[in-house]
Amino acid sequence: MNDQNLGRCWIFGDDINTDFLAPGKYMKFSIDKIAEHCMEDVEPRFAREVRPGDIVIGGSNFGAGSSREQAVEVLRHLGVRCVIAQSFAGLFYRNGFNLGLPLLLGPKAPAAPAWGIAPDARAQFDLEQAVLEVPQQGLRLQCTPIPAHLLALVNDGGLVPHLRKRLAARPQPDSKEPA
Amino acid sequence: MTTPQTLAQKLVARACGRDQVAPEELVTCRVDLAMMHDSGGPRRLKPHLDALGVKVWDPSRIVVVTDHYVPAADADSAQIVRIARDWVREQGIANFYDEQGICHVVTPQHGHIRPGMFAVGGDSHSCTGGAFGAYMFGIGATEMLGVAVTGEIWLRVPHTIAMEWTGRLAPGVCAKDMMLHMCTRFGMDGGQYEAVEYCGEAVRALSMNERMTLCNMTAELGGQAGLIAPDETTRDWLVSCGVPAQELQDLAQWQTDAQAPLLAHHRFDAAALAPQVSAPGSPALGEDARNCGEEKVDIAYIGACTGAKLEDLRMAAEVLKGQRIARGVDLMVAPASARDQQAAQAEGTLQILLDAGARLLPTSCGACAGYGANTFAENTTAISTTARNFKGRMGAASSRVFLGSPYTVAASAVAGRITDPREMLA
Repeated sequence: MNDQNLGRCWIFGDDINTDFLAPGKYMKFSIDKIAEHCMEDVEPRFAREVRPGDIVIGGSNFGAGSSREQAVEVLRHLGVRCVIAQSFAGLFYRNGFNLGLPLLLGPKAPAAPAWGIAPDARAQFDLEQAVLEVPQQGLRLQCTPIPAHLLALVNDGGLVPHLRKRLAARPQPDSKEPA
Repeated sequence: MTTPQTLAQKLVARACGRDQVAPEELVTCRVDLAMMHDSGGPRRLKPHLDALGVKVWDPSRIVVVTDHYVPAADADSAQIVRIARDWVREQGIANFYDEQGICHVVTPQHGHIRPGMFAVGGDSHSCTGGAFGAYMFGIGATEMLGVAVTGEIWLRVPHTIAMEWTGRLAPGVCAKDMMLHMCTRFGMDGGQYEAVEYCGEAVRALSMNERMTLCNMTAELGGQAGLIAPDETTRDWLVSCGVPAQELQDLAQWQTDAQAPLLAHHRFDAAALAPQVSAPGSPALGEDARNCGEEKVDIAYIGACTGAKLEDLRMAAEVLKGQRIARGVDLMVAPASARDQQAAQAEGTLQILLDAGARLLPTSCGACAGYGANTFAENTTAISTTARNFKGRMGAASSRVFLGSPYTVAASAVAGRITDPREMLA
């Protein structure tokens, strides 16, 4: 496996909330500006050092708090490949798929924090298989596959492209088809 | 024979056009009402609607409220609010409440949320609508775009977790204490994104304002919706807000059947509950207020949809009447809506707060959302009636925010340290 295909694992604890991901005081700005401050109250290195393809590992209740979907959008903007957590806050979970960011539930056991993934470990993620592999540790993490209706959203790139497809399939106003 | 159903199942079944639904089924629901505010609403929807070349599916089912960026503190905020004002005109949305207060309070006060409805809001505290026996939950801006275009939304039919409160609350103890206690007992994911239904004698005895506080903080409990079966209290309040009584028939159908399937059924003794205070970081770090007495406070904040409605202001006034806040404490009061503020003024409640030394702030989300205005400085300690005290949410990351009821925040302002309000109400 080529090292270049591996993303760095950023490991966070339980209850990572939307205010950490998209701090309120920057919410009036555009996404690139908010992204500069993503997680700054918890892990200031994150926004500076995260690279496209990196993977975020959370504990329980990842994304707790607000409906602000900038909390998802910043992760996408920063190029995060996916988030794997023990559980997600429901609102964040819906927002994730609406914006095309894969969110995966890790295995229930072992209960060790972050399933034993070392901080900053390099890993590869396979969306179809829902598997994370950390070659250096010989670790293979089988996550719960994403439900079909949500995988369809991710594959479309989120709800907006999905809607565009749906609107294109609508009968035109001058069509003779029954409503 | 029909299977017994929970209130949540009945509401979802109606919205997806079915007689019955079972938990965990995936269904598509018609949306009766879509509420949005200036931050997550027009400024986020407009570019996408324009790009898709469509208008909203039904302007009469949309309510827009400006509350996060008002009064505009700077040019960026002013621009966000301006987009909202222009957009409602462009879309023909008549239900627009501009600087009238917080969406979760303003929307029901104008009769938009009724028992039996299925509704969404572009804010996590949209579960407040469940206080009226409606299935209402928060969604993000892109999902709101989907609703705005199609009038529909998918839902996994929720299980129901029942929170039954028997007995009566003691004087000086209120819905906020109940909720901080539940968050602490079950954690911020205790609701498991299911429907949480509050019931029992103590809940039935609560006023609508108090019920709204309970359902509002279902967000902090991690539920999707927080529900209370509608009754005479619901009807009377809605009628007082101008909803025609004939539109509030058959409320009795909107309740959980005996033997309906529950994911969990928790029981609490309301009379045994003491005023609660949650320590900085999470609403789930609660304990009895009397155990926090050494903690000095710089700021006492009475604000937000969950903590500055008319009855919240009355609770504070009950403590503050004839009192003076401690030197060095900044007591801020940001009423939840213009209507609540006017009522508080007319009845003298507001004057009691001001005479005690309170500083009146605009009726808006204010420091609760942490979007700019009146946020807390470095190294300050605050006690607040708001819903969330995540690190850095209401200001500097070094500021510490305790959560408590309006009674507790008012009593703490007088004492200059966190105080069990019953010491002052006796």
